[in-house]
Amino acid sequence: MSLTREQLAMRVAQELQDGYYVNLGIGIPTLVANYVPQGMDVMLQSENGLLGMGPFPTEDEVDADLINAGKQTVTTIKGSSIFSSAESFAMIRGGHVDLTVLGAFEVDVMGNIASYMIPGKLIKGMGGAMDLVAGADNIIVTMTHASKHGESKLLPQCTLPLTGAGCIKKVVTDLAYVEIAEGKFWLKERAPGVSVDEIIRLTAGELVVPEVVPEMEF
Amino acid sequence: MSGFDKVVNSYEEAMEGLQDDMTIIAGGFGLCGIPENLINEIKRRGVHGLTIVSNNCGVDGFGLGVLLEDKQVKKMVSSYVGENKLFEQQLLAGELEVELTPQGTLAEKMRAGGAGIPAFYTATGYGTEVGKGKDVKEFNGRPYILEESITGDFAIVKAWKADRYGNLVYRHTAQNFNPMAATAGKITVVEVEEIVEPGELDPCQIHTPGIYVDRLIKGTFEKRIEQRTVREA
Repeated sequence: MSLTREQLAMRVAQELQDGYYVNLGIGIPTLVANYVPQGMDVMLQSENGLLGMGPFPTEDEVDADLINAGKQTVTTIKGSSIFSSAESFAMIRGGHVDLTVLGAFEVDVMGNIASYMIPGKLIKGMGGAMDLVAGADNIIVTMTHASKHGESKLLPQCTLPLTGAGCIKKVVTDLAYVEIAEGKFWLKERAPGVSVDEIIRLTAGELVVPEVVPEMEF
Repeated sequence: MSGFDKVVNSYEEAMEGLQDDMTIIAGGFGLCGIPENLINEIKRRGVHGLTIVSNNCGVDGFGLGVLLEDKQVKKMVSSYVGENKLFEQQLLAGELEVELTPQGTLAEKMRAGGAGIPAFYTATGYGTEVGKGKDVKEFNGRPYILEESITGDFAIVKAWKADRYGNLVYRHTAQNFNPMAATAGKITVVEVEEIVEPGELDPCQIHTPGIYVDRLIKGTFEKRIEQRTVREA
């Protein structure tokens, strides 16, 4: 069975470490915050200028002056700090954020990522995504392995406008955990109950398959 | 009051001198910390051909979105413009130009512009559409693109509190792009929720020193929330 959105978030959460400063993108990445292992402290960075983002507010706590990068009302946690956009991107571009998790439309064997624009269809903008992928060393992309029509999103070469070039090394999909190195995808884990054959069939870029592919553990 | 007193008494006075085809740098992120009333004054003045530098373009009917209604905007320089139907219509009809700029690059363009730095190298956007046609230089084996900074004829800023000298304090994430915008205008206009006398704000807690501020006005704000998300108490 392919992973649910929640399971995807749970698998990504296994990559967290105590003391990490983490930026989570909009969508599935946001869910990762719900699965921080017990006893572990991580601090969430929101690129509009907040380090130490807390949960959504209760009705009484709602404050129009306190939002996250998805423009949602949020709260702060103890020990948080608030700053300007320039300061926020100094953290991101200066490589001070320990882990960045974001979604994508496509990734390819060279570690390129396309996530912000579908020409003729979607003109929204890249927001902070280009800065995040250029500035972070440790990036995890989460997405479905293939489109609803069965078209692979793990490609020999991205077809959409790039968000960043040669910057992605780890991809967690609903079918597999894949690393990118030496111009190839390397299959590391498969979702429980998903066959290696299915992963091979839905991976368009060159995929290196080891003899044994362990199932993800939750 | 002395020559450092920046307070003006009307929005008309606050935006005095605004003309067609000018560049305006605006603070705010989404609808958070936007200079609502200064935007409305720009609409009232009916100036056209504006270039607006702002992370977003408001929403339909609120924030910078209102300037689209009478087609006052020629060009937007923004990182994300996905919340606005009128924007999309005008863009697709060729009535509006947009220069999509990565959020961190946009913040740095304002910061550098205000700091007298004409351009800077950044890794952001290298190998993408953003990097096309821009000078590339390698530092320590990594390619960077040259980005030019931005200054505006006007900067419009929203802060929480100010003293009469224009020293500013922002509230929570309503800070966002406002401090950089404040530095990057030839004329920087700030609207705030409260104005106090010089000496009443702690000098250690000032986010934007008054040197950057030309005009200051006290306003009242709707502070519309774009995504009201709550949890059970």
